[in-house]
Amino acid sequence: MAAKLRAPGFYRAGTFTLGGVLFSLALTYLVRMSYGHGRFHHFIAPNAILTVSLIAAPLAFLVGLGAFDYWFYWAAGKPTRPEDHSSHGAHSWRDYFRVNTDHKVIGIQYTVTSFFFLLVGGLMAMLMRAELAQPGSQFVDSNTFNGLFSVHASLLIFLFIIPVFAGLANFVLPLMIGAPDMAFPRLNALSYWLLPIAGLMMIASFFAPGGSFASGWTAYAPLSDTAPIGQVFFTLAVQFAGASSIATALNFLVTIITMRAPGMSFFRMPLLVWANFATSLLVVIATPFIASSQFFILLDRGLGFNFFNAGRGGDVLMYQHVFWFYSHPAVYIMMLPGFGIVSEIIAVKSRKPIFGYRMMAFSLVAIVVLGFTVWAHHMFVSGMQAWIRIPMMITTAIIAVPTGIKIFSWLATLWKGVLHLDTPMLFALGFLTMFTLGGISGVMLAMVPLDIHVSDTYFIVAHIHYVLFGGSLFTIFAGVYYWFPKMTGRMFDERLGRMHFWLTFIFFNLTFAPMHIIGLQGMPRRVADYSSQYAGWNLVISLSSFVLGASILIFVYNIVSSWRGGPRAPANPWRGMTLEWQVSSPPPIFNFDAVPTVVGGPYEYGVPGAVHGIFKGGAEVKPAPAGTVARPARE
Amino acid sequence: MRNRPVLVAFVLGAVAAAIGIALGLTIHWFPAQASTQAKKIDTLYDVLVVASVPIFVLVTTVVLFSVWRFRMRPGEEERDGPPIHGNTKLEVLWTAFPAALLISLCSYAYVVLRDVEKKPSGGATEMNVDVTGQQFEWKFSYPASTTGGAPVQATQLYLPQGQPVRFNVRSLDVIHAFYVPAFRLQIDAVPGQTTNLRATPSRLGTYVFACAELCGLGHPAMRTSVHVVSPAAFRAWLRSQQQPAGGQGPPPGGPGAPPGPGAPAPAAAGTGAPAAARRAGRSDARRRADAGARGADTLAGAGRPAGS
Repeated sequence: MAAKLRAPGFYRAGTFTLGGVLFSLALTYLVRMSYGHGRFHHFIAPNAILTVSLIAAPLAFLVGLGAFDYWFYWAAGKPTRPEDHSSHGAHSWRDYFRVNTDHKVIGIQYTVTSFFFLLVGGLMAMLMRAELAQPGSQFVDSNTFNGLFSVHASLLIFLFIIPVFAGLANFVLPLMIGAPDMAFPRLNALSYWLLPIAGLMMIASFFAPGGSFASGWTAYAPLSDTAPIGQVFFTLAVQFAGASSIATALNFLVTIITMRAPGMSFFRMPLLVWANFATSLLVVIATPFIASSQFFILLDRGLGFNFFNAGRGGDVLMYQHVFWFYSHPAVYIMMLPGFGIVSEIIAVKSRKPIFGYRMMAFSLVAIVVLGFTVWAHHMFVSGMQAWIRIPMMITTAIIAVPTGIKIFSWLATLWKGVLHLDTPMLFALGFLTMFTLGGISGVMLAMVPLDIHVSDTYFIVAHIHYVLFGGSLFTIFAGVYYWFPKMTGRMFDERLGRMHFWLTFIFFNLTFAPMHIIGLQGMPRRVADYSSQYAGWNLVISLSSFVLGASILIFVYNIVSSWRGGPRAPANPWRGMTLEWQVSSPPPIFNFDAVPTVVGGPYEYGVPGAVHGIFKGGAEVKPAPAGTVARPARE
Repeated sequence: MRNRPVLVAFVLGAVAAAIGIALGLTIHWFPAQASTQAKKIDTLYDVLVVASVPIFVLVTTVVLFSVWRFRMRPGEEERDGPPIHGNTKLEVLWTAFPAALLISLCSYAYVVLRDVEKKPSGGATEMNVDVTGQQFEWKFSYPASTTGGAPVQATQLYLPQGQPVRFNVRSLDVIHAFYVPAFRLQIDAVPGQTTNLRATPSRLGTYVFACAELCGLGHPAMRTSVHVVSPAAFRAWLRSQQQPAGGQGPPPGGPGAPPGPGAPAPAAAGTGAPAAARRAGRSDARRRADAGARGADTLAGAGRPAGS
């Protein structure tokens, strides 16, 4: 037992977490005593202990789990075992519950964890739709309802879309650029383990006195300043999720810049790598802003800083500016990796080079730059200076230009191709059409006079779900199906995959399209109850949403059963040219037995004799005829 | 002959776009138009629909056409498409055309914005109404300059038809939003500052006045009504409000004590919503009280008549 408590793992983590709570208790006790609170019961302040614990306990948990062991050994001058690869690879399911430094294991950890939170967040959406099926109050009270939509949005943004893209890229990006791992494997492991902490903290807020945080994922001050203690769970969970996000983004940037295989110039990189390069830039620059916005809230609540107390010279609108300076670029953080995934799939499944490769790369960079100039379009009715609305309207509309370039280039890639309409491709095509709708409603929202009318209505809810569900989630499904053979070494069930696509596509539209209508009619969002004139559409929406929610069970069943017993996947089931398809499925423990050399573009389908990468060392690879690919020596 | 399918797709796309535009223009998207501003905003929406439908139809048509025409047939498993890497002319076209379209839409939207927010022209005087949001009810105060006598307080909004109104919107606690869908107008009520909104009611009737910004437990119930009445009826309503309140009415400008159920009750008081909201929000009120001196400061600071 004592040995178990000393070795890194869940036993030690549990003990340390308890230690973290005791430390918080002692710290708050001492501080309150030294500030001269007179009576004993003033020293023990539950809210203060809880707030400090939410910072200290997770950090102690990470130390206990062993996320910092290497650095502690190094700092203490102990041997650090740099050549020991015991933490690489996974041999049983238990290895996924350890601090593992293998990017392929971390990629799967990320992806599976994110999908767990998708299911939880989706379940909350079902509860909300059950309440909204009819006007009046049926299942949950107003406080619980406000909590449900706040946690739903927070989980799906910070614990699903952002990390699942990081997870997929974690797995395939080093493979794509011909690297043996990420640049900082231990930081990578730490980034992952920050995530479940953030997610569980958000879910745990439902057990806080006064209920979970209920001021929306936007947590506008001063409502969040005066909300019950559940709000702190959001404030701090965002810090952990944000730290994870920043660390991963730095890792991607360094990996992409320094670890590309010989010959892999920037303009030979697959577009998924470009997309993650652009996304990582956004994350590194923008994420500190949401961290600061939540630190302001924390200081307001915990220490009475009055940042957002108008009566004490605080500025309520400052919160919104700082918040949206992250949270608008965050929309692109949640979309650009999806652009990357779709570019891979459409090129491979159309058997054609991507149309206008350089413009595809440049438009990503344009979106990164423009993405920072549009944030105040969330604030057209906020009471900020009126003139800011005009430049923000123009930049918001103009950002549709690089996005349009991407859409049209994908369409041109389809043209005259040989389209393989299997599950990943169906989701990619579904994305193309649905994201276009989301983009169009986005341009409508950019137009200030219309936005004034539909601000904070269901039109906004419809728009964001067309962008994040019809956009991001469709690309995530496409990506998971596309790389599933590579990640698990098994093939998924194609018939179930198609069934999943069609159910999702149809009921997605039945769920979210009517929201445009009730939004234009003037139904505010974030309400547990509504006037009876919206009852008809709401019933349609709720019923459709239940089928939409159930359709994911097909996906879960398909993934789980295929992973356990699906047919073995060949190394390159899609005849892809990019490097990840040139190694076995799943890839060997250090990815490449021989370092690949990149000799051409990543999408040269149909070009006679074109090769993307060759493997020196083993049998010499001859340029292969069109449609086939260079085989690695080991096969 | 080779191009015939493209022609078919083009024709089908054009027909679909035409049907889409026709549908988009005939569907009643909006609630009743009850302000002069609403008409201009609805026209803007129509223009946006006309601009958007062809773009969506174009994308969908190309996708469906490709799926139909270029899908892999049996025996083509090993075939690749032609290695087309790009086409500079096309790329310039689909960069420049959307940019031009978007810039023109923005210019038009700017004109509409100027139009709906401008001061009434031709010597028409604006009527001022002070609107105060507080968890979870709205209060409307007609200052002496508007009533021509003692100021009037109400929990429902009465407006004379055809009279330009300027609303001065404040909040006593958290952010609320003044939203009248029938006017197509919305503005946040922000603690610590006064925001403004202009509207000219144009159609008689009673419309929803809702809070659109999440403000706590009672947010969905923070609703009241706007009554657009004839100018004569409005004057009569003002007089009826001044009589019972005349002697012991609240001091001008300040909201004073919250009006109880029996206090200067407007003729058409009470859908019961504000009372229900207060019940729902009791815990919120407690929390505000717990915030102590801080909360009190906010209340005092924001409750003062607008300095600006």
